[in-house]
Amino acid sequence: MPEPIVTIRDLVKRYDDGFEALSGVDLDIREGEILALLGPNGAGKTTLISSICGITRPTSGTITVGGHDTQTDWRRARDLIGLVPQEVKLEPFEMVAKTVAFSRGLFGKPHDPALIQRVLDSLSLGDKAGTPNMALSGGMKRRVLIAKALSHEPRVLFLDEPTAGVDVELRRGMWEVVADLKAQGVTIILTTHYIEEAEAIADRVAVIDRGRIRLVEETAALMARMGRKEMTVTLADPIKTLPGTLAEHGLTLSEDGYAVTYVFDSRAERTGLTRLLSDLLATGVRVTDVTTRQSSLEEIFVGLTNAAETGEAR
Amino acid sequence: MNLTAIRAIYFFEMSRALRSIGQSLISPVLSTSLYFVVFGAAIGSRIEEVEGVPYGAFIVPGLIMLTVLTQATSAAAFGIYFPKFIGTLDEVLSAPMSFFEVTLGYVGAAATKALFIGLVILGTAFFFVDLSIAHPLWMAAFLVLTCLSFALLGFIIGIWAENFDQLQLVPLLVITPLVFLGGSFYSITMLPPAWQTVSLFNPVVYLVSGFRWSFFGQADVAVGVSLAMILVFLALCLGAIWIIFRTGWKLRK
Ligand SMILES: Nc1ncnc2c1ncn2[C@@H]1O[C@H](COP(=O)(O)OP(=O)(O)OP(=O)(O)O)[C@@H](O)[C@H]1O
Ligand SMILES: [Mg+2]
Repeated sequence: MPEPIVTIRDLVKRYDDGFEALSGVDLDIREGEILALLGPNGAGKTTLISSICGITRPTSGTITVGGHDTQTDWRRARDLIGLVPQEVKLEPFEMVAKTVAFSRGLFGKPHDPALIQRVLDSLSLGDKAGTPNMALSGGMKRRVLIAKALSHEPRVLFLDEPTAGVDVELRRGMWEVVADLKAQGVTIILTTHYIEEAEAIADRVAVIDRGRIRLVEETAALMARMGRKEMTVTLADPIKTLPGTLAEHGLTLSEDGYAVTYVFDSRAERTGLTRLLSDLLATGVRVTDVTTRQSSLEEIFVGLTNAAETGEAR
Repeated sequence: MNLTAIRAIYFFEMSRALRSIGQSLISPVLSTSLYFVVFGAAIGSRIEEVEGVPYGAFIVPGLIMLTVLTQATSAAAFGIYFPKFIGTLDEVLSAPMSFFEVTLGYVGAAATKALFIGLVILGTAFFFVDLSIAHPLWMAAFLVLTCLSFALLGFIIGIWAENFDQLQLVPLLVITPLVFLGGSFYSITMLPPAWQTVSLFNPVVYLVSGFRWSFFGQADVAVGVSLAMILVFLALCLGAIWIIFRTGWKLRK
């Protein structure tokens, strides 16, 4: 396995008021991957990203980016990093193109108006180059933030909820931008509250909750390993109540009586499927269709954090 | 040294200043002209020469210092406070720049602005009084050093300030008294001995004295001492800023 591009070891962040936002985070980010950082409000996502980017000072622990320690070799570490912050912060009176060019300058890259224009075009901001930031809509401002981060051609890009407040069409457009960047070899870490976003574009998902990484897993493997599945059996003739033997299986009957649904854990040793199906056939009902559905990442995620909660409460 | 980054901050700040150049100039030019009218013409006609220099001319260096100090301090304080306030400073803090580079960009821009205003006021002074400059190069050197050191002080104030009131109050409460008590309008040799000693703790005394020497060839304190004190003040401010960035005080969470 090649060296990870970002390594985080035992990272602790205690804010001045004594609140511990990160309680020992360990995480490796692979070069070229898209990693989605998922977690509820206040989980520590922004704190984690800010610590890597040098905006927040870690209390203890080490972070390296491209092999450079962010504390001791910060200049070379930061050279590689682009950050799209969660909150929209822009100079109100400055023109879009100038704001973006400023970011490139800050990272020591030579002036390159053609590149800036290309970046703006790729984010559908091409015609806004000469507009002052304050005259942009919220979604446009967010895209200016992305343009600022891309202007200095980072190798590792952090996107802190990049698609919050962006309409559906543009969100898809942004996913394309992210996919293009990945194709160019950029490593991307994004936090998001839109689960379908992680599901759609992330290679791996890291779940963070109350300052700890609870799980890191390939998106597909996670779905397969943890997926609760739902089987729906459609009947030829409606039934009013479940026949005796079926009642024990915890099925739900649809209102019109045409469908019974069974929820099971596909990871479990015993799914109960075999017994259910034989019991079903024994009742003599006529079946017209059987479908199964994988639960979404969101459902998995809610289940996971709830489990952690009850686990800790005990 | 990340020169590109320093330039980026410097020109970004300068273009911000240029957008309001009219406002930046009109107030200092107007108030200085009023000083000339009141002190130079009205009162000055009743005051004899000070150390062989007509009073109207004698106050010119002090007046320039008064404006330059105030402008350098408030420009630098605002220059760093504004991005801190709206949150764009985070980007600067995450850039591959050292504290010295960031400081140089912001302080350089504020000092340039103050220097420009100082020169405009010097130009204005020629309309009111007969003036000749004995040591033009030293004059320029003192002016630049003053702009830089007080921009550094303003930079610290801007980092420290948590609201607009603090931002304006401190320059007003600290700089104005220092300047007025720093011999801008009189020679400190005119003070009683005890107050002369107290004045020696006021950094502005050395600035005004050295600056005045560059005009008229005479000073309250030796020029070498003036220069040394300015450099000490400058070094102290730089040291303070180094510590601020080192500890992240008021900047990094
Ligand atoms: N400057 C601060 N001082 C004290 N506590 C803070 C500070 N910033 C954040 N916190 C706390 O740290 C915790 C983590 O905050 P963080 O912003 O990292 O969460 P997040 O995962 O990004 O949440 P969200 O999804 O809402 O953006 C929260 O409980 C928050 O209240
Ligand atoms: Mg956040």
